[in-house]
Parts: sequence; C-alpha cells; structure tokens
Amino acid sequence: MNGLLNWIEQRIPMMRVANMHAIQYPAPVNMNFWYVFGFLATIVLVNQIVTGIWLTMNFEPSAERAFASVEYIMREVDYGWLIRYMHSTGASAFFIVVYMHMFRGMIYGSYQKPRELLWVFGMLIYLALMAEAFMGYVLPWGQMSYWGAQVIVSLFSAIPVIGPDLVIWIQGDYVISGATLNRFFALHVIALPLVIVILVFLHIIALHEVGSNNPDGIAIKHKKGSLAEEDKTPYEIHEYYTSKYDIANDVVPFFPHIVLKDLVAFSIFLAGFAYVLFFAPEMGGKFLEHPNFEIANPLKTPEHIFPVWYFTPFYAILKAVPDKLFGVLAMFGAIAALFAMPWLDRGTVRSWRYRCGLHKWNLIVFAIVFIFLGYLGGTPQENWKIIASQIATVMYFGFFGLLWIYSKNEKTKPVPERITK
Amino acid sequence: MSNVSNDANESATNEQPQSTNRRKFLTVATSVIGGIGAAGAAVPFVASWNPSAKAKAAGADVEVDISGIAPGQLIRVMWRSKPVWIVRRTPELLASLEGVEGDLRDPNSENEQQPAYAKNRYRSIKEEYLVLVGICTHLGCSPQHLTDGAFSEYAEGVPEGFFCPCHGSKFDMAGRVFKAVPAPLNLVVPPHQFLSDTTVLIGSDA
Amino acid sequence: MKKLLLAIALLVPSLLSNVALAAGSSVPLDKADYDLTDKASLQNGARIFMNYCLGCHQQQYQRYSRTFEDLGIPADLGQEYLQFTGEKVTDYITTPMPQDAAATWFGAPPPDLTLVARVRGADWLYTYLRTFYVDDSKTFGVNNLVFPNVGMPHVLQELQGTPRIAYEDALIDGEMVPQYVGIKSDGNGELSPDEYDKAILDLVNYLEYTGEPSRLSSEKIGKGVLVFILIFFVFAYLLKKDYWRDVKK
Repeated sequence: MNGLLNWIEQRIPMMRVANMHAIQYPAPVNMNFWYVFGFLATIVLVNQIVTGIWLTMNFEPSAERAFASVEYIMREVDYGWLIRYMHSTGASAFFIVVYMHMFRGMIYGSYQKPRELLWVFGMLIYLALMAEAFMGYVLPWGQMSYWGAQVIVSLFSAIPVIGPDLVIWIQGDYVISGATLNRFFALHVIALPLVIVILVFLHIIALHEVGSNNPDGIAIKHKKGSLAEEDKTPYEIHEYYTSKYDIANDVVPFFPHIVLKDLVAFSIFLAGFAYVLFFAPEMGGKFLEHPNFEIANPLKTPEHIFPVWYFTPFYAILKAVPDKLFGVLAMFGAIAALFAMPWLDRGTVRSWRYRCGLHKWNLIVFAIVFIFLGYLGGTPQENWKIIASQIATVMYFGFFGLLWIYSKNEKTKPVPERITK
Repeated sequence: MSNVSNDANESATNEQPQSTNRRKFLTVATSVIGGIGAAGAAVPFVASWNPSAKAKAAGADVEVDISGIAPGQLIRVMWRSKPVWIVRRTPELLASLEGVEGDLRDPNSENEQQPAYAKNRYRSIKEEYLVLVGICTHLGCSPQHLTDGAFSEYAEGVPEGFFCPCHGSKFDMAGRVFKAVPAPLNLVVPPHQFLSDTTVLIGSDA
Repeated sequence: MKKLLLAIALLVPSLLSNVALAAGSSVPLDKADYDLTDKASLQNGARIFMNYCLGCHQQQYQRYSRTFEDLGIPADLGQEYLQFTGEKVTDYITTPMPQDAAATWFGAPPPDLTLVARVRGADWLYTYLRTFYVDDSKTFGVNNLVFPNVGMPHVLQELQGTPRIAYEDALIDGEMVPQYVGIKSDGNGELSPDEYDKAILDLVNYLEYTGEPSRLSSEKIGKGVLVFILIFFVFAYLLKKDYWRDVKK
C-alpha cells in the first residue's frame, strides 16, 4: 500500500498538494461563524454540478418540450422531484452563502492589500454565478423564465447605437425563443460552470498564497526569524509556509480543526437546506415563483414580473432611475463598485473591530439598505416605493463614497500584534 | 486571551487513555454516520436511472388482434420498444419442426428462454400461433423471416426459418437456434396469454 | 453580532409572508383548508374534475395511472368510472376538445390545470370557484368576483344552483341601505351551500395534489432526513469539541 502511494507520489504530488492546501494549511485560530461560508459555497457548487448533470439526463432544451420535460422530471423520473428541488433550492442557497461570504469579506477587510486579487476573483465568481443563475432560470420555460429573460436581455438595448441589434443577436431571433433557450442551455450547463470552477480554483490558489484573513484582520505569518520559538505554532504546518515565514502560535491546521468546524456548520446548513427542500421548495414563491408553473406564453405578460430574489436589489436600482440608459448604468455600477472595494477603501486597518465607529455603522446600514432594495425590487411597484428605492440607491452608492472619504485619515483603534481570542 | 496553549503539544501526547478512546469513538461514529448519509444521498441519483413512468407506460402489455393473420403470415408488433413477431404457422410447417431437431442446439428448450407454458416443441400456447421477441440472442439484431425455400440456402432442406443478417445466426420456425452459429440461445418467447380466440395479450401471463 | 443575525433570521420570513399577502387578489380570499392525506376528499375531487373540468381543461403532465395509484383508486375501477374517452389507464389526462378550436370559442385555449394550484394558490381557486354570479351582460351569463370578466361559463352551476349577488337591507344612519352580503344560490342546485363548499374544497384538494404529486412523500422523506442530520450534527459537534479542547481560546 505504502509502496503504491510512493509510486504515485513520485509521479504526481497528490499528498504534497493535499498537505499543503487541505491538511497542513495554517488557518487562524479565531476564524468565527462568518468563516464557514466559503466552505458551504463549495459544497453548494458541488451539489449544483451533480444535480445539474442528472437533470440534463431528462431535460429537453427546446421551446416545445422544456416545460413538459421539467414536469416529466418532477413526476415520472424516480426521485426526479428531489433532484430538481436540490438544484432549485441550491441556486438560492448559493446566493445566500455567497452574500454572507462577501459581507464577511467587507467587515473584516478581506479585500484589502494583499488580498485585492482574491477579492476580484471572488467578484468574478459572483458575476459568473449571476449569469449562470439567470440562464438557468430561463430553462424551465415558464412565464417568469420567459418574461424575466425578456426584461434582462432588453437591458442591453439601452446601449447606444448597437443596443437593438445586440439584443437580437443575443436572442438569435426577434423575440426570446427556442434559439435563445438552446444557447442559454449550452452556456448554463457547460460554459459557465467551467468558468466558475476555474475561477474557484484561482480564488483558492490566491487565498492560500496570501493566507486567510481573520476577525482581527492581522497577519498570522510573520517575517522569518522575527518570532521567538515559544511564539511559533506547535502544530505541524506545511514547510511551504514555514520555510517562508514564522507562523505564530495563532493558527490551527486546516485538518482536522477547521474541517471539523466546517462539518458542524455544514450539518446546520444542511438542516436548513433540507427543510426548505422537503417542506417548502417554493419558499413562498421566492425560490420558485408562482407564475413559473405556467408555460411561457409570448402573448401574455404576468401581472408582476420580478427577477428571483437574489437579483432584486440590483433590479430595484434599475427601476429607481427614471432613465433607461442611466438605470442600466446604475445597476452595473452597483456591481462595479463592489469590484472596486480594495481601492475605494484607503484605510490600512482591516477589521471593523479596530476601525472608526462610522465604518461599523456604514457597513450595517449598507447591509440593511441592500436587503431593503431586495424587498423593493421583489414586490409590486407602489408610489412610495419609487422614492424609497431612489433614496436607497443613493444610500447604496453613498456607502462607497463615504468609505472613500473617511478611510483616508481614519481614526482607528490600536490593532493588536497577535490574535486576541 | 491567548492562542494555542503552550501545552497543547503535551496534552496531545500525554492524553488520558479515556479521552483517546472517546476521540476514537467519535471519529468512527461520525465517519460511519457520514458514510451512511453519503450512501443515502446517492440513492435518488441511482434510482433516477430506473425506467421512468413514461418508459413503463410504453412498456405496458400490448393487446393484439390476431383474427386477420393469414396462415403462414408473420406480423410484427412493438412491445417495450422491441419487435415481437406473431406467426400463424401452417399444419405442414408444424409437422416439419420435428425433422430439424438434430441440427438444433437446444431442441427441447432446456434453457429458460420461454415461460413454462411454452416449453414444448412448438414453443407456444396454441401450436398454430408462435409469439417471439424478434431479437437475436447473439448481439441484438433483428433476424429476417425467410420463407418459400429462401432459408434452405442457409440450412439445407429447411425451407423456412429466421436468419440473422448481422452474424449469420439461424433459427427454426419455433425460434430454436441451430448448431454452429454465434447465437447461443433460442429466441425469447415473451410472457403472453390468449384473452380470446382472436386476441393475444403480450407482456403478462394468464 | 449574533443578536443582529438572529434578528435578521427572524425578520426575513416575516418579510416573505408580507409579500405573499401583497401579491394576492383585491378580493379577500377564503382559506382553503385542504388535506392531502384525505383520500376520500381527493377521490371526490378527482371525480368532479373528470366530470366537469376535463371537458375543456387538460392535465397533460399527469397520467391517469399515477393519479389512481396515489389516490388509492384501483385501476379497473378508475378506468370504469373516471375515464370517459377510452384512453389507456397509462395515458395522460387530456381532453378530447380540440385546443385550437377552443381558443377561438373562448378567446384563449382553456389553460392546462395540472399545475394551476401552484400558479394561483389553493385559496384563490377555492374562492374563485365559489364566487361566480349571474351577470347577463357577459357572454356566458356569469361573472366572477376573483377573476372579473372571466371567459368561462359556470360549469358547476348544476351543483351550486344559480348564484346571485345577495344584498340585505341594513339600517345605516337611520336609512335602510342594501348591503352586499355575499353570493347566494337560488337553491336550485343539487348541493346545499355547505355541500357545495365541501365539493369545491375536494376539487381544490385534488388540484393541489396534481400540482405536486410528490408532496406527501417529500415530507415523509424530509422528516427522516432531518432526524438523520440532527444525529450527524450531534456527533460532528462532539468530535469538533474534542479536537478543539486542546486549543485554548
């Protein structure tokens, strides 16, 4: 057995890579609740890929058969309903954990130097995920699939000069049609998953190069030779890290400590996931919208069109601006601003624990505004909501503006040398 | 407020035997439960490969009206997406079946290629009507029905039989396989029953 | 921070339920207290569907055989009493009415009803089927409170009787003013008002079933899965504790 392992190891460094990235990776000891969402996102990604592969075995990507084939999966394939609900619930779960993961990055300054590219890769994953989710939602070919696609694709018509032709090119027809469905299917099941998996790989490589941040926002890796022997970690950490740095007595190895912690988080997450999956897969019309149980009808728009909940904050920003082009620009700007976080924040202290009070409030208000925008974008239009969404939009961008201003000469609290708890 | 305790290593090495046992037990228990969970999660994915309700509906029993079959004629029907032949054999043909038995691999239908009620020389319930799954037992081609002496080209002195064009397997008019051909077994007689003198139900026994 | 999260966790479902209310109709909907485990109710609902709805509306994604099996109806009895057009028991529940012609008669093809309960919701259906009323200005002589100007006749009139909007005089500010009190049948139907409500509830129950035939087995499996996850959680938690004991915080 050992001989075989050695034989393999000499040809492909499996154990070395496993040790380096999954076993003897130094993880800060104080990583809290907020640090489980990356692991959960990976789990959900695997769930989406596996259930997705199984769904393609029976899904028929054509305007004539798509809706019926989904119902075929739901009714006639053994456990087809379970696999389909795992996929549909997984889509929403993905965004829940990704939003938590992103907010974690914001409160503990995980986007700051030297983790700028880590953050950018993460944002690229988020962007690819949005495209993936949007195209996936078109596939069941229900009313929301059709009209949601209609609205989203029409956004591109706001682009001056080439807009209208671009829309027709994307659709492959003069309207959303079977041709659109087919190309979205190809992108949804092959192209984008491939992109996402590659980006996740890069995200993890970048993470392990710069090291995990932690709630204190301070380094666990210190300059070689700067730590006394008793301050170094007693755990076995891979020499890839120890040869370059002194690793402080502030870390635990990824395996088993972090893996076990993630496992506990995973079982809690799984309970919630299973509850929705088995007892409320529609989640009150939020995960699976009611009009989407009606086959796409190009002659009849549903009474209210909303994107699925995870897009509604941006949809609210789009609706808040009373101009087509500027609305679209504002919407994309809202995402672009997130991309720019590492450069908008000019501070040097990472964690909100040691930053000014304004920063803490700015983050909390931002989170509330984001949820409120989601509510506005996902409910029928009313008069008060127009003003409300405009105010919320200003506040959304205000977060970034304020951050840029106060982070320049911020009055921060003293940052500890070593991890505090 | 600090970190990993300095005696972490010591406590790791000088652990009480009791706690080592506890850790061992918990590790095994968690792994076993996790393994059961993973196996359970695999169930729907494995089960989803079973024939769906659609496939089962398409594979349901088929009722065939045989009143219109002329003596000597073969008709084909679909059952579970497979060709099923119904041949109305003439008395002469039935009489000739005994004569070829020396050239057959399994003349007495010892291999279970037919329901018990068709384990006879004619491999049928009613001698006149032969019901066969028209798929060669070699590699799944559908053999041809050769009549009027065309079959004797392949089997001397036998005027009628089934010949598989793919690899040259030969069967007599009871679906019994000849010696020295690639097909190992007689053609399959599907479960069937006569609902009346003129209707046969393919797919289930009486 | 944990309190904040808890607050969010508690807040989100209440937001969702508000949304569900807001998305409803302008007419207050009656609660459809259906019960998917009530086989007798489901069977009666199926009977009403096959007799009154299937003339125009299909359930083209659902097979008779599956329906009979789930509702506890023996296939031969189902075929005899619930299938009227000589299809096989494994066939989909389709209507003999040509859909293209129907589109010209009614202005739109009668919608497929397999999933109608998931599109409209049980309460909507329950209220809709009980709020037809006579309105001679309409093509079919009836209108509906929940679905104004609906392009569908009141097919269940022979059960309910002729439904009329009922007013009762009430004393308001010293004057007798007619007040809308609901819809009342002339009493010329086969069923009493209570029986009619029950029949509609059975029908809604049946439509709720066809919308998601896997619902009951889903909840049954779900309970087992949740118990299993709980057990796994306990062991995973104890194991994690055991390893982290060495790590002083």
